[in-house]
Amino acid sequence: MIEEGLKSELQKQGVYVTTLEDLYNWGRANSVWPLTFGLACCAIEMIAASMSRFDLARFGAEVFRPSPRQADLMIVAGTVTKKMAPLVVRLFNQMPEPKYVIAMGACAISGGPFKQGYNVLKGIDRYLPVDVSIPGCPPRPEALIHAIMTLQEKILAQKLTGPDRPRHLNADVPGEYPVPAYGEHDLEPPMNPEVWHPPAIKR
Amino acid sequence: METLEQIKARLEAVLPMTKLDILSNECPAGDRSLLVHAASGFAVAKFLRDDPLLKLDYCSNVTGIDWPEATIKTKVKKKVAVAGVEKEIEETIETLRSGHLEVVYHLYSMELKHGPVVLRLRTENRTDNTQLPSLTPLWRGAEFQEREVYDLYGVIFEGHPDLRRILMWDNFEGFPMRRDYVAPDDFEYEPTPHDEVLAEAKKHYPVEPKSEVKP
Repeated sequence: MIEEGLKSELQKQGVYVTTLEDLYNWGRANSVWPLTFGLACCAIEMIAASMSRFDLARFGAEVFRPSPRQADLMIVAGTVTKKMAPLVVRLFNQMPEPKYVIAMGACAISGGPFKQGYNVLKGIDRYLPVDVSIPGCPPRPEALIHAIMTLQEKILAQKLTGPDRPRHLNADVPGEYPVPAYGEHDLEPPMNPEVWHPPAIKR
Repeated sequence: METLEQIKARLEAVLPMTKLDILSNECPAGDRSLLVHAASGFAVAKFLRDDPLLKLDYCSNVTGIDWPEATIKTKVKKKVAVAGVEKEIEETIETLRSGHLEVVYHLYSMELKHGPVVLRLRTENRTDNTQLPSLTPLWRGAEFQEREVYDLYGVIFEGHPDLRRILMWDNFEGFPMRRDYVAPDDFEYEPTPHDEVLAEAKKHYPVEPKSEVKP
């Protein structure tokens, strides 16, 4: 590893030194392609964020891919009903690694105003490893841009070797998640215990 | 447009076997509707659509209502003479209402630009006899809405071309919009519970360890 001080000293002399890790992460962080995929009103804000006024293209994330095979990022924008949840998980399984999830809006992170209902999933984090959650109902496009920037910081900080290396470089960690089945009243299983741990009920 | 009484009188003249009632909603607006016996529902609807004075060619809305069995209390004021002095006494009369499912159709005429005529159909009960005639053969737009009423309330529409669940998945059990539907108990921790959520939360609070008995 090169020292930060030496690196900036060399930069002043016109010599740019970097590591493969930095270069690799820099390239990945600036071309996060989301999946064209919206579930409810949050999707409208997501579309607004990608249009000229908010211009998600400044962050390299404007190329919404219509196929999960070409996408890096799943923006779960809106209410995930129990009927829709298996399809969302299946779409995520079809995305190639490295892949990330942003849960956008109150519904996607917790069920939102529909939490007490019979037909809405209480947050997509029951089945998918969510990287960034955005609160709001719906969140402003600026909030989505902030989430993309947070995700970029997360990507830039990833170490490519060692025990903390990301999922896509660790062959022991599977990139696919079990798809829940439709039960008589609820999804079966109601959550993936490897991804989500229910909070303890306290007074 | 004709009044509901005129429509009712003409229907009774044309279809003498039909049982018709005019109901009004218990609300300030007091919207009135035509209650039709299920057996003659299709014939009445066909008349309303084809009659040259009505031409109700557009069914804008189909919805379901669940009426569980209930005792209805009505207060009646009575004048009773007690020891030669007249007094006004309030009496409550309890009537038992049998449970049933109701389907409401809102009909308009695009051609004559009038409406709505509200049509109500009721099933026999809420358990085993929940059949009603489907009006999809008359108004094609009712197809998905009747499927939704079947999905959420369990009304079985006879003559519907494709009666499947539309919002819930196929092997879902029960009808979630019925009053007695019990949703799966999947309560999770809420930081600030209130009202019904608080009552639900209290059922799930961990049992408090019994405090030691003070000497």
